[in-house]
Amino acid sequence: MTISRDATSRNSAGSGLPGFPDHVDATASFFELLRTNRPELLSVSITSSDLEVPEGTTVLALRFDSGVIIAGDRRATEGSFIAHRSIEKVYLADSYSGVAIAGAAGPALEMVRLFQTELEHYEKVQGSRLSLEGKANRLATLIRNNFNLALQGLVVVPIFAGFDHRKGCGRIFKYDLTGGRYEESDYHAEGSGGRIARSYIKQHFHDGLGEVQAIRVATGALYEAADEDAGTGGPDLARGIYPTVAAIDSEGFRAIPEHVVAERFAEVLGAERESKQVAFSSPKAAGKRRGATGGGRSRGRKGDQKQAGDTGSGETK
Amino acid sequence: MTLPFYVSPEQITKDKADFARKGIARGRSLVAVEFRDGILIVAENPSGSLYKISELYDRIAFAAVGRYNEFETLRVAGVRLADMTGFANSREDVSARALANVYAQQLGTIFTTELKPFEVELLLCEVGDTADDNEMYHIYYDGTLEDEAGFAVMGGQAELVEAHLEGQYEVNLHMDKAFKLALRALEVADSDRELTADSLEVALLDRNGGRRKFRRFDAQDIEELL
Repeated sequence: MTISRDATSRNSAGSGLPGFPDHVDATASFFELLRTNRPELLSVSITSSDLEVPEGTTVLALRFDSGVIIAGDRRATEGSFIAHRSIEKVYLADSYSGVAIAGAAGPALEMVRLFQTELEHYEKVQGSRLSLEGKANRLATLIRNNFNLALQGLVVVPIFAGFDHRKGCGRIFKYDLTGGRYEESDYHAEGSGGRIARSYIKQHFHDGLGEVQAIRVATGALYEAADEDAGTGGPDLARGIYPTVAAIDSEGFRAIPEHVVAERFAEVLGAERESKQVAFSSPKAAGKRRGATGGGRSRGRKGDQKQAGDTGSGETK
Repeated sequence: MTLPFYVSPEQITKDKADFARKGIARGRSLVAVEFRDGILIVAENPSGSLYKISELYDRIAFAAVGRYNEFETLRVAGVRLADMTGFANSREDVSARALANVYAQQLGTIFTTELKPFEVELLLCEVGDTADDNEMYHIYYDGTLEDEAGFAVMGGQAELVEAHLEGQYEVNLHMDKAFKLALRALEVADSDRELTADSLEVALLDRNGGRRKFRRFDAQDIEELL
């Protein structure tokens, strides 16, 4: 710390308060603060691009009647190996928003941490929170800053979702590598299993889904993605590892407890098993089973099932 | 009048100190009280949006009296330092003590080298998991740093307020009792004027309050307390 004897000789780019970090301008951006004072804490640059970095994922967000659901699977892969079985991909950004990350795990997790600090820092300095769109834009800046790394293979592509108090509804934002920000009105899924998840949600989404239904659609989509994509992990019943699911509504970000996610998965799996057995059982037994699992839910597969011409014994599970 | 050719350092320091003290005494008082669930901070503040008490970090509150623009600069600098330390290391590594030391260094430098000292007095409060782990650091305009316990008073007729609290303070008070105590102490100093919700700013650090323990009371909450 240098003690300046003459007030006018202070570095004009500094804060004028030695011991405290320098600031470049009057913005309440933590990211700018780090860039000026501790750039080494931001993304590091690499020269080689043939690194095995953990990736592979499905993360998704979908709107329901009182907010948004945001969810992600738990698998991280390194090439063809499983690097992590219980990685968290869904994070609280602040009390009313969340971010789910797809891509290279290391940079993605750092970006989440930076983003969380950025939002909290703004709130403390300014005395008020950013609007939801403001937060979405800040995230875009961080992604843009990661562009060099992205070009070298360390891509980070998040989904940002939150409750907009001004509009009174949940909103979803998706991004591309360059930091381009796009708003999705209903749902989005990202990652190696993203396309599969999106197809599933497309079949099951409608306006006015309740929270329970929305979680079921989310877990179904993740199950489907895990079924088709090696990079996406399905529920690990042996270890009790389930996808991370969170709901964001006017009360805030709320992690859905594991047992609730497990229940929704059981429903999804039950419907799956049933859909594979109906073809081999009697219509009477099939009818009983369908009734037991709840007829209100629509599932694309059921519509295709054979209603007549069943053979074989009535197997019940 | 000709300017003196030489002024002794004692004279300069005394003049600056008098200047700062007068400036701070002209303002209104602020009280911090340790109670059962944490630390309660009450300030006489007619403004509903220019705050004297703010969140610095998860467990740390910043309270100040004196010139607003001066303590605002210090507050923002403190938030920056705290967030950077927490980000570079971890959230648990940010302590009120370390921040208080930087503030003391800073105010000391300003007092000595600037033409005019900052007319501010700062209080950094950190709530601990138990009452024994609570910390309150009082930083004066010249960089003097003091460790407070139980309660702390700054600004306005601080001696009067402190004298009142000295007689009445007890450990482990419930929040409403702690609030009433702080309120009465502030009223006593201001020639027994009754303070209403719109002339008060109240905040607390709640030991049981999740990750971010700072909570600001809005006008309605203050009405309920009164």
